[in-house]
Amino acid sequence: MNKKGRFGRFGGQYVPEIVMPALNELEGAYLKYKDDPEFKEEFSSYLREYAGRPTNLYYAEGLTRHYGRARIFLKREDLLHTGAHKINNALGQALLAQRMGKKRVVAETGAGQHGVATATVAALFGMECHVFMGAVDAERQKLNVFRMQLLGAKVIPVSSGTGTLKDATSEAIRYWATNIRDTHYIIGSAVGPHPYPAMVRDFQKAIGEEIRAQSLEKIGGLPDYLVACVGGGSNAIGSFYDFREEPAVKKIGVEAGGRGEGAGDNAKTLSGAGEPGILHGAYSYLLQNEDGQVVEAYSISAGLDYPGVGPEHSFYKDAGIAEYVSVTDEEALAAFQRLSRIEGIIPAMESSHALAYLEKLMPETSPEETVVVTLSGRGDKDVQMVAKVLGEQEGA
Amino acid sequence: MGTRLENKFAELKRQGRKALIIYITAGISPAGKSADGPQATVEAVRAAEAAGADIIELGLPFSDPMADGPVIQAASVRALQGGMTLPKALGIAREIRKFSEVPLVAMGYINQMHHYGFEKFVQEGKAAGLDGVIVPDVPHEESAGMREVTQRQGFHLMEFITPGTTGERMARTCREATGFIYCVSNYGVTGVKEIDYSAIGKVCAEARKFTQVPLAIGFGIGTSEAAVQAAAQADGVIVGSAVMQRMLEGKMGEALDLIGEMRQALDKSCIR
Ligand SMILES: Cc1ncc(COP(=O)(O)O)c(C=O)c1O
Repeated sequence: MNKKGRFGRFGGQYVPEIVMPALNELEGAYLKYKDDPEFKEEFSSYLREYAGRPTNLYYAEGLTRHYGRARIFLKREDLLHTGAHKINNALGQALLAQRMGKKRVVAETGAGQHGVATATVAALFGMECHVFMGAVDAERQKLNVFRMQLLGAKVIPVSSGTGTLKDATSEAIRYWATNIRDTHYIIGSAVGPHPYPAMVRDFQKAIGEEIRAQSLEKIGGLPDYLVACVGGGSNAIGSFYDFREEPAVKKIGVEAGGRGEGAGDNAKTLSGAGEPGILHGAYSYLLQNEDGQVVEAYSISAGLDYPGVGPEHSFYKDAGIAEYVSVTDEEALAAFQRLSRIEGIIPAMESSHALAYLEKLMPETSPEETVVVTLSGRGDKDVQMVAKVLGEQEGA
Repeated sequence: MGTRLENKFAELKRQGRKALIIYITAGISPAGKSADGPQATVEAVRAAEAAGADIIELGLPFSDPMADGPVIQAASVRALQGGMTLPKALGIAREIRKFSEVPLVAMGYINQMHHYGFEKFVQEGKAAGLDGVIVPDVPHEESAGMREVTQRQGFHLMEFITPGTTGERMARTCREATGFIYCVSNYGVTGVKEIDYSAIGKVCAEARKFTQVPLAIGFGIGTSEAAVQAAAQADGVIVGSAVMQRMLEGKMGEALDLIGEMRQALDKSCIR
């Protein structure tokens, strides 16, 4: 086993040989620039001026009153340009792609948020952009397809396999392998082969660093709980990383419990039936059947239905650094409406999973404690789908 | 005495001929259907050997075949729908061994083998009559542990080189190669396309500086002309999608005709 790019036993570089030179080139660029003052300044300047960082750590007074326990703060990644934390990573990778002289970027997308973020930075930096999206997702997220097209990206629906995020990811990797000399693959979460998981985490870690500084300022100490949703795990790792050596700050990753316990009914990679395995370049927990075939994940949220998870989370789980739990579609749907009503904030369906976990967590907390929930994105993209689901429930 | 694979390449070399390696997805039937069960794949292998294949790659269908293009993806989906599993694929190898000594290598993705237990897979695969394994999603850097197992078990783990494999990586990969080296003809995934084989030819020449292990060029070869062009650069060619496409369409006769044409064209091109 290659020690390079491992989080404990997880991670690695399980890719076709054709991709290896590009990963080595990317690793070289990432190591060269990650501590380069000029690169860091350019990155943080785009985050500040273009994306809107730092995001607020908002005291959710209404929600706090609703539960009557610990104080609840929301890390407002939903206020970023394009509406989710995905822009942090897309900006960082686009700047690296430029440094590497790549003319084209390719990305996969599930909900379309990462596709929109990638199309946005491609427009900003004048790069050609191809986005692979499962045919099923392209249908349920039509608005985001149009947004990407408006931004000048080419959206390619993928109907191979099951036509969702994992198939779009495979197809993006195939496209990358074919065009590897002039194309950079902007992976959308803290997944994939080394150096992606570490690199994406570094581009997202500002979330946790800001939570630290803002907590010290607003509550005079560190929060007791950090709660974030986990699809591939980028907003969660961005939130947790800065606190990884502080067990007093309890880190809780919330996965999609979907519609039940059966195979194919949820995306509980870490909190359910996942076992270590290899998908899309990394050794990590994975939903798979007894023959080692990958099981399709399901969630009401198109950004969480991925059968794998970032390798650093697998390490955090086994090492007890973070805890992983799940909430169902129904619980997330209730949280979506609850935050809208109580705080006047419509959260993304993904983020609603983190919010839904408050139902279980809050009764265990006390008024002296503080809970920070990472609100990874805003819910505009989900409104239509939620209207349909609620309409069906009412009609039933 | 060498392994079946080594003996086959040695024999071909003595005869001044090139190896024709044919890929067939386990669980696919000559009629393109999957319901016929493992026996259909056994028959397809029998027919492919009779038509002129020197070596058979038995594809282990996987849900997410990252290195494969549309044809082998479709074949994999169909085989999985028909209930193909790793143990059943080993059963196919056992059946083939009842009538043939054709060198047989499995081609599959690492998750399935890891889930089964890689060492167990190698032991049982060898007992079933497999001679080696090709794992397209494990590059040289990640294969040390697997190589330790295959060496101990007397099994071949095929290495890959591509037009992008250079320098120290090329040297290291070649030095540890056994069986044959899978030379990927171009940037991309499996599937028939027009390729200038001189690029991989240069890579093969470079590899020759480090190893005497046979070189086989694969990815993209769809016609006997392409097979001849590729074979001129190496010791053999690997043909997958072109044959599988015909099988998926239920045109077994055409698939076998293509194998026969390639065989003839390769043999003719080698007569000096
Ligand atoms: C708003 C939002 N939150 C969370 C996610 C899940 O991704 P990750 O786990 O990488 O943060 C997505 C993915 O599309 C998203 O759009």
